[in-house]
Amino acid sequence: MSTTHPGNTLDALPAPEDRPGPEDRPAPDALPEQQRIRLGGVTREEVLTLAGAAGGSLGLDWLLYERILPFSGAFGFLLCWYLLFLALYAVAGRLQWDALTVRERLATALAWSSGLLVLAVIGDQIGYVLYRGLDAARHLNFFTESMRSTAALDPITSGGCLHAVVGSLEQLGMATLFSVPLGILTAVFLVESGSTRRGARLVKPVRVLVEAMTALPSIVAGLFVLGVVILTLGVEKSGFAASLALTVMMMPIVTRAAEVVVRLVPGTLKEASYALGASQWRTVWHVVLPTARPGLTTAVVLGMARGVGETSPVLLTAGFTTRLNLDAFHDNQASLPLFIWNYVKQPYPDMVARAFAGGLTLMAVVLILFVTARVLGRHRTPSERRTRRPLRATAATAATASAANKAAQVAN
Amino acid sequence: MTETAQPPYPAAEFGDGTTDPPTIPLPPVPADGAPGGPSDGPSGGPSDGSSHGPSHGPSNGLSGLETRDLTAWFGQRKVLERVSLQMRAGEITALIGPSGCGKSTYLRILNRMHEMVRGAALAGEVLLDGEDVYATGRRPAEVRRRIGMVFQRPNPFPAMSLYDNVISGLKLAGIKASRDERDHLVESSLRQAGLWDEVSNRLGTPGGALSGGQQQRLCIARSLAVSPEILLMDEPCSALDPTSTRRIEETIAELRHRLTIVIVTHNMQQAQRVSQSCAFFLASHDTPGRIVEAGPTERLFTSPADPRTADYVNGRFG
Repeated sequence: MSTTHPGNTLDALPAPEDRPGPEDRPAPDALPEQQRIRLGGVTREEVLTLAGAAGGSLGLDWLLYERILPFSGAFGFLLCWYLLFLALYAVAGRLQWDALTVRERLATALAWSSGLLVLAVIGDQIGYVLYRGLDAARHLNFFTESMRSTAALDPITSGGCLHAVVGSLEQLGMATLFSVPLGILTAVFLVESGSTRRGARLVKPVRVLVEAMTALPSIVAGLFVLGVVILTLGVEKSGFAASLALTVMMMPIVTRAAEVVVRLVPGTLKEASYALGASQWRTVWHVVLPTARPGLTTAVVLGMARGVGETSPVLLTAGFTTRLNLDAFHDNQASLPLFIWNYVKQPYPDMVARAFAGGLTLMAVVLILFVTARVLGRHRTPSERRTRRPLRATAATAATASAANKAAQVAN
Repeated sequence: MTETAQPPYPAAEFGDGTTDPPTIPLPPVPADGAPGGPSDGPSGGPSDGSSHGPSHGPSNGLSGLETRDLTAWFGQRKVLERVSLQMRAGEITALIGPSGCGKSTYLRILNRMHEMVRGAALAGEVLLDGEDVYATGRRPAEVRRRIGMVFQRPNPFPAMSLYDNVISGLKLAGIKASRDERDHLVESSLRQAGLWDEVSNRLGTPGGALSGGQQQRLCIARSLAVSPEILLMDEPCSALDPTSTRRIEETIAELRHRLTIVIVTHNMQQAQRVSQSCAFFLASHDTPGRIVEAGPTERLFTSPADPRTADYVNGRFG
């Protein structure tokens, strides 16, 4: 196909000499370029009002806080500034505009400031972790060594989080392996079985249960695995046990998100599939799930993002170690959340820096997961898919087919 | 998975050289006896024999469809009452009538799509070549494979390429086919649907990238790829522009010689143009739908026996 494609498309284009050249075309009347109307821009008064309100309220706030009232503290200062700003903005606006416009502008200011607040909080979080953790994270050994031979007062150039990254990835990988098929199958069950009366009776309790599980406190998931798998069944504390606890946390999230997208697959597609003689599960496998694929990857990512940061389930089930343990089925295995939890409590500044660098690594891992899933989840246009061998329309078949067409036309 | 449902296609399409697939008992479709239809084969003979393997039966002996005293309900509401109609093999039968008279329901009963609606029920018989498709133990999937359907709105699978759309029936019905067989099947199905020349150089593009009319022809090709004996069409042109409609009508006319077609349409000119026989459905607000009159299209449109038919075909109501 790749060989025939360009040739065909070239053939389809009109040959260059067929197109009228610019010189034979009638010259367009020389009209001046039209000026575009500015739509939805902000005027100078609006900007100045906003800036004036912000500046005025800052001054007033400073006066109140530093000179008049017996208050102190940054948080109160910022909050008062914001409230004063809103009040000043409303008053200044009311002097120029009617009440309706003022309300409109005020609402806009509120919405924008909440958005900026969220952005600021996230920026602050990342910035703080970066600031505290960079001390450790800028040394390469942090990513290539474990903490096995690092004592409490060793310099920052020894020891690292490799064992925790490996543990996190192994546990998350196994938990994904368990929870994604389970979650997607449950979602398919919730959507597909609701159509029969017998199924509908079972669908309701399952959905209630899944919804309840999304609210399950994560420490309970850890306790459950500790009680059932470790204490009762006798599995040792290991990465495997931790991944089971993570599965309990991830499965309901994957299910909920997957159910929404599976339900969105148009019924007409399912009908088309059934009309071709497909059974229900083949319809699900070949039509419903491929159509819902981009949404399903989002569901998987949501589950993984939840799982990778969970601390309390792994705390009870994985144990903790400073050594690199590749075997997820035996012996304690560290993971990034545990690494952070363990070292941030210690009274040595280098250990705390290592913990923050671990947090930085965790965020990077989540970011990589997100990007990967986005790339995988895009609807690949089928032409990018494995290339098809060109259909060799052998002369014989082409001839018979065209003969058939002619015969049919004659018959009509 | 569908042993009894194995289509005759491997043999029918590329039949002569290859050995017969072992899994084709196909009891209901006798190859040469052709008891089902009155076999007005000769007119269809030359065309369908030439593109298929001429040796095999089902392409020559077309199947007919018949319903006896068909009654249908949605919950407590009766929507069809005692509809008896014969759809002869190798003919195009048009079902006409105003909206809500049960034409589409009737069509969906024919290939067992009706029962997928919750609360749907029915009574009576649907005979495909003399065998009841609602007989106990008969699998709906097998019936649907033999009685294909094209829907009102084109619905190609968006996650598949054109190529995969055409052969999706094989995957969905669990039919194995070699690469060569698939390639040939794609080409012959697209040719039958009159789409091959337009898309043959871009089979890898997604099905949704086509125009509405092309999408609908792709859906027809998809239905044809599993070699159905009957093709049901539920207002296949109502979402399309006149040019695409004409193209599809030509396709339908060409297909007539390969399989039996039942088409629901709101457009009386279309019914007149494409069909050989015609059935007029009518329901009033408190009575369920039933057939007022059925017969050759020519007679129904020129000298209808029932005054209501005359009113409808002349556009006085509906």
